[in-house]
Amino acid sequence: MSQFKELTLQGLWKNNPGLVQLLGLCPLLAVTATVTNALGLGLATLLVLLGSNVAVSLVRNHVANEIRIPVFVLIIASLVTVVQLLMNAYTYDLYLSLGIFIPLIVTNCAIIGRAEAFASKNAVLPSAIDAIMMGLGFMLVLLVLGAMREILGQGTLFDGADLLLGDWAKVLRIELFQLDSQFLLALLPPGAFLGMGLLIALKNSIDNKLKQKKAVEKGSIARARVTGAAQ
Amino acid sequence: MSFKIASSPHQHNQLSTAQIMRLVAFACLPGIAVQAVLFGYGVIIQLLLAIVTAWCSEALVLKLRNKPILPRLKDNSALLTAVLLAIAIPPYAPWWIIVIGTAFAIIMVKQLYGGLGNNLFNPAMAAYVLLLISFPLQMTQWLPPLSLQSVSLTPADAVCAVFSQYSCSGFSLTQLQSSIDGITMATPLDTLRTDLSRGLTLDESLTKPVFFAFAGAGWLWVNLAYLLGGLLLIQQKIISWRIPVAVLASLFVLSSIASLAAPDTMAGPLFHLFSGGTMLAAFFIATDPVSASTTNRGRLIYGALIGVLVFLIRNFGGYPDAYAFAVLLANMAVPLIDYYTRPRTYGHRTRSER
Repeated sequence: MSQFKELTLQGLWKNNPGLVQLLGLCPLLAVTATVTNALGLGLATLLVLLGSNVAVSLVRNHVANEIRIPVFVLIIASLVTVVQLLMNAYTYDLYLSLGIFIPLIVTNCAIIGRAEAFASKNAVLPSAIDAIMMGLGFMLVLLVLGAMREILGQGTLFDGADLLLGDWAKVLRIELFQLDSQFLLALLPPGAFLGMGLLIALKNSIDNKLKQKKAVEKGSIARARVTGAAQ
Repeated sequence: MSFKIASSPHQHNQLSTAQIMRLVAFACLPGIAVQAVLFGYGVIIQLLLAIVTAWCSEALVLKLRNKPILPRLKDNSALLTAVLLAIAIPPYAPWWIIVIGTAFAIIMVKQLYGGLGNNLFNPAMAAYVLLLISFPLQMTQWLPPLSLQSVSLTPADAVCAVFSQYSCSGFSLTQLQSSIDGITMATPLDTLRTDLSRGLTLDESLTKPVFFAFAGAGWLWVNLAYLLGGLLLIQQKIISWRIPVAVLASLFVLSSIASLAAPDTMAGPLFHLFSGGTMLAAFFIATDPVSASTTNRGRLIYGALIGVLVFLIRNFGGYPDAYAFAVLLANMAVPLIDYYTRPRTYGHRTRSER
């Protein structure tokens, strides 16, 4: 079970595809203007990642090493097509509002990265867990960034959630405050970059705090070296 | 610690950062006074709001960074950023505009890059661009000069207008923007731009009441006042003449050529030099010692680049005035300019002598 724990920690925090690996920044920055869009793209990416990791892991012993990348890309592309058609069929409005970024999931480096770095070397179950955790980590960043930008930009949360979840989700819409004029910057791409930078800074500062705490708990004594450098 | 502006040779007039910043702020005073007399007292309220916000946000960030607060506040750089932003925005913009802008300038553009001396971009102009793209409506609500306003504003009205967008006697900002005939007026640059896009010729447009002589009514005097302040700075050797002269010269040359080539659709050089923020930007904003080029040849190139960009954006771009964008774009080019214009150091030969 320790491998499961390690994979979870890696995917959600230590090696988070959004905050640490900085993969898939294009969709991350482009679609996070609202929480609904972020959730939609996060779910789509999670599904594709899960499918591709499982499929790659299954065929990993049958594909010649020289042609593995094209094969992985084919697998990912077909999965993306499936997801795109599903969204076209069941969440048409969200499909329209995400636009080009659904087919562009195929170019999300996080997916091919996991296929190459993990799934092509590991069995099916760990690969699936890795996919879920990495996908969740990515979706979490999308959601936080989407929430930040939506609150700052238009003062709401879950605006248009019914596009993704059906009519009942209209009740999810929370209006935090009424703005006379939208803070356009938060909704525009520069706001995404600023928000992303702040999130990364926050994560780094939390990591630093944790590290300091650990060092203090260990009680290591720092000694000043007065003679030559240690070899 | 005091930052001296001069690099080698180390022969300089021993002014500290605080003194320099204070002098630059004082040199803005003629321009601010003219603005207050001709356009109403809004600018004074914006100044006060901006300075308070700048000091608060600077102190906040310094506290978070565990740095000494008072010495940094005393170097007056936050004050100057606040002053420049406050005079650049419309005088009756709602109060939260200047608060958001100044806080962004100090916290994001200046302190997050490491504080004074480390910022890549001019803080006041980066904040101006943030405000312009976030709140286009509020950032373009310029009132015509007092002489053209149908309702005259008292100082109390100015306070009311900044905080509630209505004057104390209940006129909305849009009403205040209208002339006696009830026609909404914009800045001269804006008016000219709209007229030209509607097919009017330059001469037809210039007959409107917002224009005066060869520039805009009121704006001519504001620009002259900033020119005076700028010349004072050059005389005091606070700024080098190279950047302002390069900005004005390139704008002058380009607009002369353009107005000779297409006299009906392109405004002449004098209109460009004395409209909008030309003098303020050329003498006070482009010369920011941190984000501008530092070599002598580099300063000429940097200034000329700003002039060219302003000419292009004013005539062919999407905005009536362009100094903020031009300065930011030129800021981005500064490392490259500085790299290729390094002066010959003593003892080294020039490339041609080698």
